[in-house]
Amino acid sequence: MSFLECVRISFRSIKANGLRSILTMLGIIIGVAAVIAMVAIGEGTSSSVASQINGLGSNLLIVAPGQATQGRVSLGAGSLNTLTLADAEAIAQKESVAGVAPSVNGRAQIVWGSNNYSSSLEGTTADFPEVRNVEVAQGRFFTNFEVKQQFNVAVVGTEVVNNLFANLSTSPIGQTVQINRIPFTIIGVLKSQGSSGMTNNDDRILIPITTAMSRLTGGKNVGTIYVSASSSDQMDQAKLDIASTIRAQHNLRPTAADDFRITSQSDILSTAQQVSSSMTALLSGIAAISLIVGGIGVMNIMLVSVTERTREIGIRKAIGAKRSDILRQFLIEAVTLSLIGGVVGILFGVGAALVISKLGGMATSISLSPILYAFLTSSLVGVIFGVYPARKAAQLKPIDALRYE
Amino acid sequence: MKPVIQIESLKKQYQIGDQEIQALRGVSLTIEEGDFVAIMGPSGSGKSSMMNVIGCLDKPTSGEFYLDGFPVSEAHDDELAEIRNQKIGFVFQNFNLLPRTTAVENVELPLLYGGVSAKERRQRAVQALISVGLAERLNNKPNELSGGQQQRVSIARALVNDPVILLADEPTGALDTKTSEEIMGIFQQLNDAGKTVILVTHEPDIAEYAKRIVRFRDGQIIANELVAERRRVLSEEVRR
Ligand SMILES: Nc1ncnc2c1ncn2[C@@H]1O[C@H](COP(=O)(O)OP(=O)(O)OP(=O)(O)O)[C@@H](O)[C@H]1O
Ligand SMILES: [Mg+2]
Repeated sequence: MSFLECVRISFRSIKANGLRSILTMLGIIIGVAAVIAMVAIGEGTSSSVASQINGLGSNLLIVAPGQATQGRVSLGAGSLNTLTLADAEAIAQKESVAGVAPSVNGRAQIVWGSNNYSSSLEGTTADFPEVRNVEVAQGRFFTNFEVKQQFNVAVVGTEVVNNLFANLSTSPIGQTVQINRIPFTIIGVLKSQGSSGMTNNDDRILIPITTAMSRLTGGKNVGTIYVSASSSDQMDQAKLDIASTIRAQHNLRPTAADDFRITSQSDILSTAQQVSSSMTALLSGIAAISLIVGGIGVMNIMLVSVTERTREIGIRKAIGAKRSDILRQFLIEAVTLSLIGGVVGILFGVGAALVISKLGGMATSISLSPILYAFLTSSLVGVIFGVYPARKAAQLKPIDALRYE
Repeated sequence: MKPVIQIESLKKQYQIGDQEIQALRGVSLTIEEGDFVAIMGPSGSGKSSMMNVIGCLDKPTSGEFYLDGFPVSEAHDDELAEIRNQKIGFVFQNFNLLPRTTAVENVELPLLYGGVSAKERRQRAVQALISVGLAERLNNKPNELSGGQQQRVSIARALVNDPVILLADEPTGALDTKTSEEIMGIFQQLNDAGKTVILVTHEPDIAEYAKRIVRFRDGQIIANELVAERRRVLSEEVRR
């Protein structure tokens, strides 16, 4: 009997047992779909995290205040207010450092005419665009002079422009707005960066840090100091330089612990990648288990099918089917079941990944390798779990099979 | 006359637990081409065991068996499958048709395993169904056919490969008298056309359609005689 005829026979018997076949395939479908969707989510997340982190700036080092401890309980990063503008200025003197952008954060109400809008407010210095990798689309960023002199100038993101100046047909440059009731002049608009994860990078107002500290946030401490090293191989040197500078600034004795923390971009990147790759591994592990369960389902159905169709096997043998004919028929049937399940599972998996990225706002990336892998696995599952029942069917003696009730 | 079947001191025993059942205790029988043999005997006398061995569905415990000159007792499984496919047509009491499969597809099945092309398969299957008077029922499934019609389909299936011998184990066992007569008519026609036929029956009436009656008792042949007054079915009765 030709291969094509075997395929035809197995299709017919799959169709004849419609519901049962669908239930069997469901195991494979769910397994394959889960593998593909999980891998897509995992890969998508890790690549979007990587691009977010790379987008933070180039050769970036982040200096944050240290953690306070009460008793032996850590109060978390930033619970100390130890960093100052003077620290930032001292760091800027170092050769290994290209730019320094200290920053304070808060939220602010911004009013223009009768429009008002609430956005996040960040006070910083003229190095910010270079250090944080942002560009000014219109107008200009504020200068060191403006920072030193506490000018009331502001650079805003496109989201702010869209909301606040919705009914302004010309550029918002030169407009005067009230930020927390203090008048500021808009001097620049940032180039749109889109959102990264939860934060919308276009929804922000940047003003000179001196102005922010004296007129808006109060206090003399800065939240974070962003530093860019002069080159990528200067990262380690810059880290050492920053540490020794701040320790000197803070008059720390040699035995005292640091009251600040320095994190580099690559630290964040590798942590994030570790997290997302172990997440991917975990998810695909779970998905693989469901594939195996699906395979056992196929085997179960094939065993039931062999028992149920013992008479059929007897009839086929009685009129001349060889062992190999029966073996082939049942094997092809098992493989067909798992392959159809595999293909449908791939469609569902890809569909689920697309839906998740559309509706859930989660990044997914669909690549060929998990699809191929799922396809191969599902056909392999068919062969492996189909061989036993198929052999069992093929070895029946014709007369025993015919007598079977 | 050329012998189609030569059986020499054939024994068949079944093992159930530690109990041994002697179903055939040394049977010798020769059947020549063109003969029409009815096997009779009480229940449990070994008739079906004999038919299963002749039909190559089961292997004898000992003894010699030549089918069409070929030593079957020494054949492997695959050779037996080929013999069943090419040389034997088997008709069962309970028809043994594939469910959910049309009449013509059921009849095609032996040709499928015989490696005949799809087109020729269909042609020959239709021809076989016409010859048993089922031209109108080609595409009906077994559950859409009467018992007599199902038995005709299974005869067509047994015939389609043009076997050297046609075996039937109580082919009329599940049918009423009138239908049985029609089926016997078909066997007679086939025999008239030269086919060797062996059938098992309990009913003396049915046995009288054959040319020869072989009687079994306790796994042995106790009589082998020609039918004195042979019954005939007129051909127009067959075609109804
Ligand atoms: N598969 C089997 N396993 C064990 N014993 C069997 C088997 N088949 C038949 N027998 C036994 O072998 C003996 C002969 O059985 P067989 O079926 O050949 O009789 P039979 O002449 O066809 O009877 P019947 O007219 O009732 O069909 C019986 O005693 C039966 O119980
Ligand atoms: Mg019997």
